[in-house]
Amino acid sequence: MAVEVRIPTILRPYTDGAKVVQGDGATIGDLLVDLDTRHPGLRERLVDEAGLRRFINVYLNDEDVRFLDGLGTALADGDSITILPAVAGG
Amino acid sequence: MLTIARAHLEAMAAHARADHPDEACGVIAGPVGSDRPERFIPMVNAARSPTFYEFDSADLLRLYREMDDHDEEPVVIYHSHTATEAYPSRTDISYASEPAAHYVLVSTRECGNDEGPVEIRSYRIVDGAVTEEPIIVAETGEALAAVGP
Repeated sequence: MAVEVRIPTILRPYTDGAKVVQGDGATIGDLLVDLDTRHPGLRERLVDEAGLRRFINVYLNDEDVRFLDGLGTALADGDSITILPAVAGG
Repeated sequence: MLTIARAHLEAMAAHARADHPDEACGVIAGPVGSDRPERFIPMVNAARSPTFYEFDSADLLRLYREMDDHDEEPVVIYHSHTATEAYPSRTDISYASEPAAHYVLVSTRECGNDEGPVEIRSYRIVDGAVTEEPIIVAETGEALAAVGP
């Protein structure tokens, strides 16, 4: 499924500064693997062995994928994915 | 150096006092690349905690979309410490993800919910390194006055 992915400022060094990149995959997990082939290192910043990193938010259209199926969330052509680091601290 | 309107400093202090003993948090957005904090946006601390803050994830998406639509970025990201000094904690440093932002810390440990001294300090947090910077208060119609550090 061809989708558009919005990249936050802090991860744009992985996309040559691009704010929006194109990607492909049946699920969010597949999409991140696909993105990593053209933007090496990006996936590592987003996932660990347990799944999505705690302080990374990934949205499918308007929904946080944590409230969907996480990395298993299915994608449809034309979906819009937004990656945003949490704004958090102690 | 952070140059900021007195009204914005007061708004951050008021938000921090009101939410004490929980941490308060928010953003002051400004035009991309301007380094000018202009639009004060208090956020809900989804953690509702005296030792942690986190923007609600749906609010976060709305905030970034809105800033994008207005060609804005978060010039200031502020939060309060309610029992400790206005210095970034280890968690603040590890989750800091806006290298271009001024991270403003407000401490309400002395004043609590009341009037009284509020400590406000500003930092850059880039790749885990914290650098404190002076805050320059821009008074409307008056000369700029420097305050600490």
